Amino acid sequence: MTLVWLILIPFIGGLLCWQAERFGEQPPRWIALGTMLLELALVLGVWWHGDYGLNVAQDASAWALEWRADWIPRFGIEVHLALDGLSLIMIALTGLLGVLAVVCSWHEIARRIGFFHLNLLWILGGVVGVFLAIDLFLFFFFWEMMLVPMYFLIALWGHSGSTGNTRIQAATKFFIYTQASGLLMLVAILGLVFAHHAATGEYSFSYEALRHTAQNELSPQMAWWLMLGFFIAFAVKMPVVPLHGWLPDAHAQAPTAGSVDLAGILLKTAAYGMLRFALPLFPEASQAFAPVAMGLGVLGIFYGAILACGQHDLKRLVAYSSISHMGFVLIGIYSGTELALQGVVVLMVAHAFSASGLFIISGQLYERLHTRDMRLMGGLWGRIKGLPGIALCFVAASMGIPGTANFVGEFLVLFGTFDTWPWVTVVASGGFVLAAIYSLFIMQRVYFGPTKEETPLGGLDGRETVMMLGLLALVLWVGLYPSPLLDTSEAAMQNVAHIMTLEETPAMPEETP
Amino acid sequence: MTSLLALSPLILVCATAIVVMLTIAWRRHHDLTATLTVIGLNLALAAQLLSWWQAPLDVTPLMTVDGLSIFGGVLVLVATLACATLGHAYFEGARGPREEYYLLLLCAAAGGIALVSSRHLASLFFSLELLSMPLYGMLAYTYRERGALEAGVKYMVLSAAASAFLLFGMALLYARTGHLDFAGLGGALASAGGDGWLLAGMGMLIVGLGFKLSIVPFHLWTPDVYEGSPTPAATFLASASKVAVLVVLLRLLQSAPVTQDAWFHSLLAVLAFVTMLVGNLLALMQQDLKRLLGYSSIAHFGYLLVALVINEGLAMETAGLYLVTYVVTTLGAFGVVTLLSSPYGGADASRLHHYRGLFWRRPYLTAVLTVMMLSLAGIPLTAGFIGKFYIVAVGVEASRWWLVGAVVAGSAIGLYYYLRVMVTLFLPEPGMQRRDATTDWAQRAGGVVVLALAALVVLLGVYPAPMIDWVRLMAAM
Repeated sequence: MTLVWLILIPFIGGLLCWQAERFGEQPPRWIALGTMLLELALVLGVWWHGDYGLNVAQDASAWALEWRADWIPRFGIEVHLALDGLSLIMIALTGLLGVLAVVCSWHEIARRIGFFHLNLLWILGGVVGVFLAIDLFLFFFFWEMMLVPMYFLIALWGHSGSTGNTRIQAATKFFIYTQASGLLMLVAILGLVFAHHAATGEYSFSYEALRHTAQNELSPQMAWWLMLGFFIAFAVKMPVVPLHGWLPDAHAQAPTAGSVDLAGILLKTAAYGMLRFALPLFPEASQAFAPVAMGLGVLGIFYGAILACGQHDLKRLVAYSSISHMGFVLIGIYSGTELALQGVVVLMVAHAFSASGLFIISGQLYERLHTRDMRLMGGLWGRIKGLPGIALCFVAASMGIPGTANFVGEFLVLFGTFDTWPWVTVVASGGFVLAAIYSLFIMQRVYFGPTKEETPLGGLDGRETVMMLGLLALVLWVGLYPSPLLDTSEAAMQNVAHIMTLEETPAMPEETP
Repeated sequence: MTSLLALSPLILVCATAIVVMLTIAWRRHHDLTATLTVIGLNLALAAQLLSWWQAPLDVTPLMTVDGLSIFGGVLVLVATLACATLGHAYFEGARGPREEYYLLLLCAAAGGIALVSSRHLASLFFSLELLSMPLYGMLAYTYRERGALEAGVKYMVLSAAASAFLLFGMALLYARTGHLDFAGLGGALASAGGDGWLLAGMGMLIVGLGFKLSIVPFHLWTPDVYEGSPTPAATFLASASKVAVLVVLLRLLQSAPVTQDAWFHSLLAVLAFVTMLVGNLLALMQQDLKRLLGYSSIAHFGYLLVALVINEGLAMETAGLYLVTYVVTTLGAFGVVTLLSSPYGGADASRLHHYRGLFWRRPYLTAVLTVMMLSLAGIPLTAGFIGKFYIVAVGVEASRWWLVGAVVAGSAIGLYYYLRVMVTLFLPEPGMQRRDATTDWAQRAGGVVVLALAALVVLLGVYPAPMIDWVRLMAAM
């Protein structure tokens, strides 16, 4: 039942926020904060009491927590929630970033506060649903459902770009990209379900049943197509380079809380989807596809980094750097070794921290300067108290300096990939150089150089300081002592690695005679 | 006696029509007429239970009462009820005679109920005309509006052309087979194989019915008629009338398996494909919500045709389920337009700019319209998602990848205009004063209906199992 509450709390909290608007401006904010803190406390409680290091199971069906109920018996659809180390980390991340998103929009959002928090909390609820759902129909349900509040968040509270209503265009683009690719995934899911029906005579959307079908009943060609359906849906959300068109616009126009959610957790749902569904369902096809995925990953690293170097808008720069970081995630996922997969988990967490940090900083600069154009900034080091130093730390994290979480993640990904794909590792490492360039660009253009004006700007207030320092502490903690994280995700990642390598071995004897 | 019981819904609707006519002759009273209509329709809805106990039963060679007819009858009656209630809100402030609207509505509903239980070409034609004739009057009811008059006349002229096609097709079929009942036709078609005259006859039937369903080459009237006519009448046209025609087409295709003919089959597939894409593409740039809904209904019937084309496996269930979700959603969307245009005073509030910033004035009404738009777009948490899921499922099951591709592409295009409507509702309000719903809309019958429809859409989206069971029960009979 805890799992159900994890999903329900944000939804109920959202409705309360909406209705609390009639009592003034502050109640919705406090209710939203309380809701997310409750959610976070619940996750941490689950984390504290569970033991995730031990269940190194032979099959992935050993969940730490599970809850199921019939939903649509006609198709064997169940409300089937389950939790393992991977989903636990992701949900904890969601709770944490949820708190951050509420706190960082405390002053930024001045209009329709209740409705804003309704949307914010519903996104978080949908994301938690995505991380918990094990029934494929339920997964798809949450996957699509979280788009609607995100759409409203960008369209209604976004920053209008230069030409009128670009925030609406950005929101629409985001929605259509993700929804259309989501429908491809629905087609793939249904293809799998009907293959299962043909084999066993009954409908089911259950993870275990479909995994069995996918590995035993499908022709390689069919598996390939269905895998592609899943991959495209996740690749759009991640985003992988040719499908990334929505991301820079969506980030640039979204309010800070929207960007934090988008970079911190929405992108992670894609990586989670690959780890949970695309790879375990279609290990052989995924392995055949790995070279392409690796190529796309490397392309993403360089494409994102090079474009980031050329941006003037601070948020667009961070958005493109996200594309670059997600390239590393993609490489790690498809290398399939346990080490790289562990690196992927750390990198996802690290990127969530560093990117949210940078987006929050952009938001704080925007509140003070009313621009995000770096050509209009410069010399801010002396004008704002506190912020530049914190910004330097987050920039260093984004660059992957040892001691930060990003370093651990990227190092593990490259280290794990080197065994099987040495050249990919070598080329991808080149991305670090570019990362250093765009990261230093941020510092150079925003904080150093000649000042445009001399008037000091307001320093960080208590809320902002606590928020930023807390986030920074997490970055350093994961960077210096990542073991708790690694121990939690170990079993889940071993399973994925196990699946990927298990399918490789029986293929070999066929070639020998 | 059993036959009479089986036909009791139809008889009750006709009796109500007569009672309403006499009441109007005795004394004109808007509220009284509306109340009588609603009571009669509710009785007829309850009487569907009576006919369910008798089903399946063939009543005379012309009619049959089975799961499909009861299913269609219930949908027609529910849609008519909603139209009557919305009509009451809409015509409250109208000058001139208001009571005849209910008379026309009841006649059309009787036509719809007769149509869904037809199993003979004669009864098909008769009830189709009974459905259409009152509609001419309803569409042009506010004839002082130029648009309404144009809508009525346009629908009448084109409808007459479609009826001519229908009759010609029937004549060809009769000339070749000597049968007019569906079962006999089916047998003759199966034995005759791909006879050119027969195919031409069936083709013409499809043209005639396709016109009513606004399938693509025959869709030209739809946007104009939707836009110009008074909204409650357009609601009836979009919901009850289309449901009845689709159900009879379903019955025709079930009993006369022409779809086994490869040529005819691919023709239907092409129609479905084109209808989905054209409907969605033309809707993209519309500035009028009723026009937009018109094009969107074209696209939705394209999706429904997919189920009709495949006509095996899950197809029957899919068609039924999609019809339910479509009817509920369409009624809700038109209901909001009606409430905003009520009481009648000049042209309807259907331009998109009428809806700008509606959220800040009427949050709950806007929530209703948002839910309806999401449902039309097929987003989870709404009934439309279940419908979309079924359509994709039936396509994947039959491995018709082209049709599945068109459904996906159509949905992606469709999102654009549904989102456009949605975001308009939430934009900052311009300073100008515009048409608005009355302040107490939620306490009135029309408002209650609309709120109930929104709740139903969400309920069906979250917990669709009862709906699926009901549709399967009806499809199995």
